[in-house]
Amino acid sequence: MLRLWKCLALLLGLGLSASAQVEERLILATTTSTENSGLLDFLLPPFEERFGIDVQVVAVGTGAALHLGETGDADVVMVHAPALEEAFVAGGFGVNRREFMFNDFVLLGPPDDPAGAAQATQVAAALAQIFHAQATFVSRGDNSGTHVKELELWRLAGLDPRANPNYRETGRGMGETLITASELGGYTLSDRGTFVTFADRVALAIVAQGPVTGGDSLLANPYSIIAVNPVRYPDINYLGAMALIAWVTSPQGQRLIRDYQVNGQPLFFPTLLPPE
Amino acid sequence: MHYLWEALLAAWRLVSSADREVVDILSRSLEFAALATLLAALVSVPLGIVLALGEYRLKRLLAAVLATLTGVPTVIVGLVLFGLLSRQGPLGSWRLLFTPAAVIAGEFCLAVPIITYFTFAALEAVDPLWRLTARTLGATRVQEAAAALRTARRGVAAAVAVGFARAISEVGAATILGGNIRGSTRTITTAIALETSKGEFALGLALGGILISVFLLLNVLLLRLRGR
Repeated sequence: MLRLWKCLALLLGLGLSASAQVEERLILATTTSTENSGLLDFLLPPFEERFGIDVQVVAVGTGAALHLGETGDADVVMVHAPALEEAFVAGGFGVNRREFMFNDFVLLGPPDDPAGAAQATQVAAALAQIFHAQATFVSRGDNSGTHVKELELWRLAGLDPRANPNYRETGRGMGETLITASELGGYTLSDRGTFVTFADRVALAIVAQGPVTGGDSLLANPYSIIAVNPVRYPDINYLGAMALIAWVTSPQGQRLIRDYQVNGQPLFFPTLLPPE
Repeated sequence: MHYLWEALLAAWRLVSSADREVVDILSRSLEFAALATLLAALVSVPLGIVLALGEYRLKRLLAAVLATLTGVPTVIVGLVLFGLLSRQGPLGSWRLLFTPAAVIAGEFCLAVPIITYFTFAALEAVDPLWRLTARTLGATRVQEAAAALRTARRGVAAAVAVGFARAISEVGAATILGGNIRGSTRTITTAIALETSKGEFALGLALGGILISVFLLLNVLLLRLRGR
């Protein structure tokens, strides 16, 4: 019996010591694309060491990340949906928004391109090709930054994607959606980073390039970092949030973003690096 | 099918190299589930005994409600607790969201109905005649409960074991409440979900294999303890 109580005390102690770290931590709500690409594992450790802050990354979609900021459950958000970000700041939920890196979206499809979408020079025309051929299109359907961009593109093309009987919404992350599109032989919109990471595992080819390789500028994908408003939530880790914003916009942070590569390819491009 | 083979190799690599992160995640999973189960058992076993031995109306209905609670989707438990623990929620000032305590609370809430229900069922199965005998022999209520518990101890132990199994295998509540934060709230199951979302099916499966092996080892150990 004594042993049981010892065990209990030990376990309780563990639980308490775990929750005692609350003060030094910085909760970063971000998107799966930054976390899954491995960028944060490269960008954050030097920051943590230098500032003595434990960054705790909660990786969800952009919509969910902003929601965590709105409720004060995150201290800082790193997301990629400019329209939603502006609403977030205008609503008084976030302050000090900085765009600090970008990559681009690419339109993907089966290598044999049954809808002939690759012939279009602009992404709206490519989407129209897919729509009119009633080809399978796999959407994230999860209010993520990529999903928001996709819906914006359909709107610009003047099309209602749901009128296509072969429009499929997965409601899942980018990786799962790429695999679904590959398995269904469908088209999909992806950030370039996730596609590069998955390229050898899916039977998908780029149908429309983004601006990184000289394609349609509509496919630009800027990332921002925003501190949660300390006026609204006085006891969030605002100083930590501002330190992180300083880090990712500093020349050191920007160089780390530039130098990060997967499969020999850069995934993100710094916005604030002086030309060399 | 090829990734099933890859998974075996990956599992072997992780185990043979005693990969630090995997060891870390595994021990964290075990800690969380053990603590949640222990706390749940402290509440549920007495509760199950009282509910089973008491005589009152609507006992059948209560059993039905308990049985239903054992099947509540883990994501729902996660969402309800999220609502409570979020800053906007009634317990927001405790700042527990995205901490280990939140994950343990989620697992606790999942284990409580299971342990209560199975304890209840195990004690219900004790022959009423036997209890009547105890009482006519002059046993107090407490002595009667203790005697019934001794008789039903295997069932109660099984109840706790199933509670632990539910706690360690669930992923929905742990993801929502813990946020799958590396080094803090990442457990084996949330790590598997993460690897799956990254398309690392083999690695996910390997982690699953490791979890199941450790769980099997635990069960065998318990069996041997009971055998003595």
